[in-house]
Amino acid sequence: MEKILEVNDLHVSFDTFAGEVKAVRGVNFHLNKGETLAIVGESGSGKSVTSKAVMGLIPNPPGRIKQGEIKFGDRNLAQLPEKEMQKIRGSEISMIFQDPMTSLNPTMTIGKQIMEGLIKHQNMNKSEAKERAIELLKLVGIPNAEGRVTEYPHQFSGGMRQRVVIAIALACNPRVLIADEPTTALDVTIQAQILELLNDLQEKMGTSIIFITHDLGVVANIADRVAVMYAGKIVETGTVDEIFYNPQHPYTWGLLGSMPSLDSTDEELIAIPGSPPDLLDPPKGDAFAPRNPYAMQIDTEMEPPLFKVSDTHYAATWLLHEKAPKVEPPAAIKKRMQGMAPDEPIIGAKDGGKHV
Amino acid sequence: MGRYIGGRVVSMVITFLIIASLTFFLMKLLPGTPFNNQEKLTDTQIVQLNEKYGLNDPVAVQYFSYMKNLFVGDLGVSFQQDGREVSTIIGERIGPSAYLGFQSIVLGTIVGLFLGIIAALRHNSFLDYGTMVIAVLGISIPNFVIAGLMQYWLGVKWELLPVAYWDGFAYTIMPTIAIASIVVATIARFMRTEMLEVLGQDYITTAKAKGLSSTAVVIRHTIRNASIPIITIMGPLVVALMTGTLVIEQIFVIPGLGEKFVNSIMTNDFPIIMGTTLFYSLLFIVVILLVDIMYGIIDPRIRLAGGKD
Repeated sequence: MEKILEVNDLHVSFDTFAGEVKAVRGVNFHLNKGETLAIVGESGSGKSVTSKAVMGLIPNPPGRIKQGEIKFGDRNLAQLPEKEMQKIRGSEISMIFQDPMTSLNPTMTIGKQIMEGLIKHQNMNKSEAKERAIELLKLVGIPNAEGRVTEYPHQFSGGMRQRVVIAIALACNPRVLIADEPTTALDVTIQAQILELLNDLQEKMGTSIIFITHDLGVVANIADRVAVMYAGKIVETGTVDEIFYNPQHPYTWGLLGSMPSLDSTDEELIAIPGSPPDLLDPPKGDAFAPRNPYAMQIDTEMEPPLFKVSDTHYAATWLLHEKAPKVEPPAAIKKRMQGMAPDEPIIGAKDGGKHV
Repeated sequence: MGRYIGGRVVSMVITFLIIASLTFFLMKLLPGTPFNNQEKLTDTQIVQLNEKYGLNDPVAVQYFSYMKNLFVGDLGVSFQQDGREVSTIIGERIGPSAYLGFQSIVLGTIVGLFLGIIAALRHNSFLDYGTMVIAVLGISIPNFVIAGLMQYWLGVKWELLPVAYWDGFAYTIMPTIAIASIVVATIARFMRTEMLEVLGQDYITTAKAKGLSSTAVVIRHTIRNASIPIITIMGPLVVALMTGTLVIEQIFVIPGLGEKFVNSIMTNDFPIIMGTTLFYSLLFIVVILLVDIMYGIIDPRIRLAGGKD
C-alpha cells in the first residue's frame, strides 16, 4: 500500500515558565492512501499536538518541533518554510476541528469562508469559487445550498456547521484530512450523521483520514487502523480488529474497559486509576507504569520498545517480552472484547482485514 | 433594518424628554437666582426681571412652558447676554468644539487602532511593551499636562506652532494632539486586548488551516471581529471628547461650547444650561444610535436580533 504520510520520531515541546513540556516524545506512524487512521488517547496524550505538527500549526513560541520528520511525498513538513507550508495547508492537507460552534468566523458568510481556500489555492475567480462552494455545500448535505451560501454561521445548527467545516476542509480535494475530534462537541444522533458523511466522502474522494478521538466507539465505526497514544507516545498500533479483539497493551485494555456499551446489562465501567504523567518531567521507564496493575520492575527502569505482534500490530509493553510472565487481560475486559464481536464470525486478529 | 431604526428613534425621543425634564428640575435645585451676582440691580429691578423671565411662576408652570417651547424648537434666550437666543449662542460656539473633537477622534482612532494591532501581532515583544507604555502614559497623564508641555516646547521654545488662540489649521494641531492622546491610549489598549482574544479563537486556526497568509488572516478574520467591542467604547468616547475638551479649550483660548457650558452653570443662566445639556444629550443619543447601527453592519448576529431584514 502506498504510504501518503509518514511521521518518524516526532518530538514536539512547549517552552513554559515551568520548563519544557514534552508533549510528543518520539511518535512514529504512517498513513496509507485512502485509509482512515484513528489516533486514540485521553486528554493530554499528545494526539492533537501531533496533528497540529503535521499541519504546521504549532504556535511558535512556545511550541516547537524538536526533532523528527514528517514525510509528505518527497517533502519534510517538519522543516518546510511557512510560505511553502501555506501552499500545502488547505489544499493538500486539511483539518476539521472539534467545535463547530467556534471554528467558523461569526462575521463572515459561510460561502466566503469556503471560497477563501479555493481562491487562494486553485486560482478561481469569485463566481467560480461561489459555484464550487454551493457544490460543496450540496456534497456535505446542506439543503437549499444556493440560498444558504450567503448566510452566517449563527444561522446554522451545530451539526450543519460541522458540515460547513467539512466543506471548507474538502474544498480543494485534499489528499489528507485530519479530523481532530470532529464529533466530540455534537450530540449523539448528529455524531452518527457526521461519521457517515465522512465515510461517504472518503469513498467518493479517496481522501486519507487521520481521525483523532478519545471515543473508541467512534473508532470502531470509522477507522481501518488505530494508534493508541499515551503520554506523548504511541503505545499500541494495529488494525481495528487487532486493537479491539487482541489488544496487548494494558493501557488499551484500560481504554476498552472504560468504554460503555449498550448491549450488556451487568458489566461495570472500569476506570483507569490515577492520571497521566506530568510531561514537564516524564517518568523514567514506561510512562504508564504507575497506573498499570501489571507493571513489572523493568517498567520503572527502562522504556519498552515496540514489540511486534503481527505485521500490522505493535505494542510497547514489556509484557510482550519473551521472559515476561503470561498475563491475560482482566476478565471483565475479555468479556467485553467478546461482547464487541461482530455478528459475522470474528475476523482473525492477525489478518489485518478491514472490519466494516 | 428600517423598522429597527424606527423603533430606536421613538425610544430616543422618550429618552430625550426624560433627560429634558430631569435636567429642568435638577437645575431648579441650584442655589441662587440668575441675578444674584448683579449687585448693581435694585430690588425693584430684580422683581421686574423675575417677572419678565417668568421666574416667579410655580416650577410646574415654568416646566410646562419650557417644554411647550422646546417642542417648537425654541430654547429660549440667555439671561446673561442681553437676551440673545440660546440656539444662536450654541451655534456660534459649537464650531470649534466639533472641529477639534472630530479631528481628535479621527486621528486618535487611526493611531490607536494601528498601535493596538501592532502590539497584539508582536505580542510580548519590545514593540508590544513600548506601545503599552505609551498607552498607560496617555491615560494617566492628564491632557492639560500634555497641552502645557507642548505649548512650552513646540510653541515657546522652538516656535513651531502658535501657542494659543483659534485662527486656522496650525492653531488646531496642539489641542488636537492633547485631546487625541487619551483616544489613542484607550483604543490602543482595547484593540490589543481584543486582537489577542480573537487571535486565540478557533476560527483563526481554521483560517490558518486553509493556508491563508498571516496578513490575510489578520485583515479578513481578526481585525473585523476585534473591532466590535471597540465600537462600543467609541460612542461614549466621542461624547466625552465633545464635552471634555473644556480644559483644553481654556488652555488654548478656543471659543468652544465647553467653556460656555461651565460659565452658564456658575451664573445660573438656566436657558443656556438647559440648551447645552439638551444639545449634549441629543449628541449622545444620536452617537449611541450610530454605534448600534455600525454594530449591525459589522456583526451579522446583531443585525438579525434587531429585526428581520
